Formats: sequence, structure tokens, C-alpha cells
Amino acid sequence: MAKIIGGITTAHVPAIGGAIAKGREQDPYWKPFFDAYVPVRHWLAETKPDVAVVLYNDHGLNFFLDKMPTFAVGAAPEYRNADEGWGIPQVPAFTGDTALSWHLIESLVGEDFDLTTCQEMLVDHAFTLPMALLWPDQKWPVKVVPVCINTVQAPLPSAARCYKLGEAIARAVASWPGQEKVLVLGTGGLSHQLDGERAGFINKDFDLKFMDSMVSDPRWATQFNTHQLVEHTGTQGVELLMWLATRAALGAKVRELHRNYHIPISNTASGLMLMEPVV
Amino acid sequence: MSKPQIPGTVIFDGEQARKGYALNKMCYSFNDAANRQAFLQDEDAYCAKYGLNAQQREAIRARNVLQLIAAGGNAYYLAKFAGIFGLDMQDIGAQQTGMTKEQFKAKLLAARG
Repeated sequence: MAKIIGGITTAHVPAIGGAIAKGREQDPYWKPFFDAYVPVRHWLAETKPDVAVVLYNDHGLNFFLDKMPTFAVGAAPEYRNADEGWGIPQVPAFTGDTALSWHLIESLVGEDFDLTTCQEMLVDHAFTLPMALLWPDQKWPVKVVPVCINTVQAPLPSAARCYKLGEAIARAVASWPGQEKVLVLGTGGLSHQLDGERAGFINKDFDLKFMDSMVSDPRWATQFNTHQLVEHTGTQGVELLMWLATRAALGAKVRELHRNYHIPISNTASGLMLMEPVV
Repeated sequence: MSKPQIPGTVIFDGEQARKGYALNKMCYSFNDAANRQAFLQDEDAYCAKYGLNAQQREAIRARNVLQLIAAGGNAYYLAKFAGIFGLDMQDIGAQQTGMTKEQFKAKLLAARG
């Protein structure tokens, strides 16, 4: 059966793309951020995952308000990005694992997750930048299964629901007869707020507590509703939902292999964690 | 029904999504470079095509993010509007908080504690 070999959670701030395009990874501003990915790349080179299930949130590239799915799963043979309005560079296309996508869809819908399925899907910076941070040569060595969680328009799925989604993804992978090694990649966060007079809000205390909880008390953040999450983490800090779903997919216990926390990247407190399931 | 308030924060919910639909739809169109060009060439015509109301049209004219949010704009779609003018998130943060860009950057740094 297929096996989840680890989870990586990381920020996906658009400015990262600009820094990569301009080769600024070693500039003083960026160095503490980019250097933190080196141990993660070593781990990837050793463990060689075959597939990445990528939990991310679309920022108005693939989905508009005409149709806003709470959970959407990609089932396309190929995924591309687009310039998103700012002229973001195109990255090489990602190859989808359509068989695993459909297995995930069957399994999740079978567990009463009412998904939207996408046989065509543009992926935005929340997908492409974490991939580029993990594999800077952009010769993607993994097939991908995108799972998009709505953080654009409230009502958002609750933290508790996203946790359950992660657990259901784990069961889906475990029931897949293939031999694939699966990486779960969750992108977003940590605390930040782009809009309103409260723009620039960052909550280091909460973020650090949340990162600790990912290891020691993974359901801790499921106690908060969306309003409380916005209060503690900012309007876009709710992207920690992707972290929670990723963590849940790793099972009851994890071994933390690496973490980084850095303020600020653009307007965001950037976080990074690498965890392995303890079986 | 009263909603709990977080100061300086608008949660983009169904009410905002209805109010801001035309504005956000126009901003969504800016994913496409040709549409950004069309906006720059004839802003009035482009806004009219999307049926912006007077409040939205004025907020676009003013390039004012708080006004755009008040008119139902969503941060993610508005970011594509800001992109037309090459503004980054610190420009936008500074405008909304009434700070200079340097002051806003200092505020971010201060969050390190």
C-alpha cells in the first residue's frame, strides 16, 4: 500500500517568487528564510517521495466567487500556473497523478466529504512557490494531487473539519494499492493580515504555540472558530487550516525533524516544519 | 443579526461577497495581462463593462484600499488591481494604516519582539 512518509508545512508568500526570480536568496533579508529549506531538501533527496498531496488555498486564480468550493481536489493530468495579475514567472508544468486523485476523491466522498473535482485547474503561488522551495531546479520529481481549501470567502471550513479532512486523506492513501511514497505538503500562514486598518498584524506568541502544538497537541487549534482564528492570526493567518490538515494526515504521533520561524517575509510571519509519522 | 467585530478587520463573508461581486469580478479579470492593459487604456469603459456601482467606481478612481474594502472588495482580488500599479504589500499596508512605507516595515519588524 501507499505510504505517507512525511509532512512539510511552509509559508507561500508571493514575494518569495520575486526573490527566486531575481536570485536574491542570499540577500540579508532573504537568507534566514531560504537557508531554512536546505535541511528539508536533504531529507527529500534521501526519502525520495513519488507523489505530493499539496494542501493549499487558491487566491483568486482558479476560483472566482461565482463558484467557490469549500474543498476541491485536482484530477488533471497536468497543472500549470499563470501570472496572477503581477506577472509571476511561469514554472514548468506539474504532472498529476490522476489515478491517485480519483482514489482520493472516491475515498473522501465515501467518508461524506462533499468535494468539487477539477479535471482542469490552474495552480497559484500557494502551490508553485512551496514546490520551488523544495525543488529549486524545478524539475519536479513527484507527481502531484492538489487539494484546495477555501480561505477566500467565509464561511470557511472549520479547523476541526480540516483536521478530519487530513485524517481522511491518510486513510485514503493507506487504502491505495500502489507502492508510492507520499509527501503531504501544506502551505500558507503563519500569522498575517493584508487588509484593513489592522494590516501588518502578526502574532508571534500564537504562532509559536501553534507550531509546538503541531507536535505535542495536534488538535489544539481545532478549538478555534474562524472568527477566533482571524482574531489570533489575522485575516490571512487562517491559512493555518492547511497546516492542520497536513498534520492530521501524519497520524497520532510525529517526529519533528526541522522547523523555522521568521518575521517578516513581506507582511507575514513565515513558518516551516518537517515532520515524519511515528508508526 | 450583529456580528462580533475585530477592530480594523472586515471578514469577507456572504454579505461582502454580494456587495462586492462586480468589483471583485473586475479585479479577477486582471489575472489576464490583456485585461490589465484594457483597464489602463480606458478605465471608465472597463469599469462600466463590469457594472461597478458609484462607490466602487470612486474607490477604484481613488486607488484607495480601505474604500475598496468598504465597497465589498476582497483582499485577494484587490491584490490583482494593486499589481497593475506595481504596488507591493508594504505599499498597501502603509496606505491602509496611514503610515509611511518605512514606518510600516518597522512595524512588521517590531513583531519579532
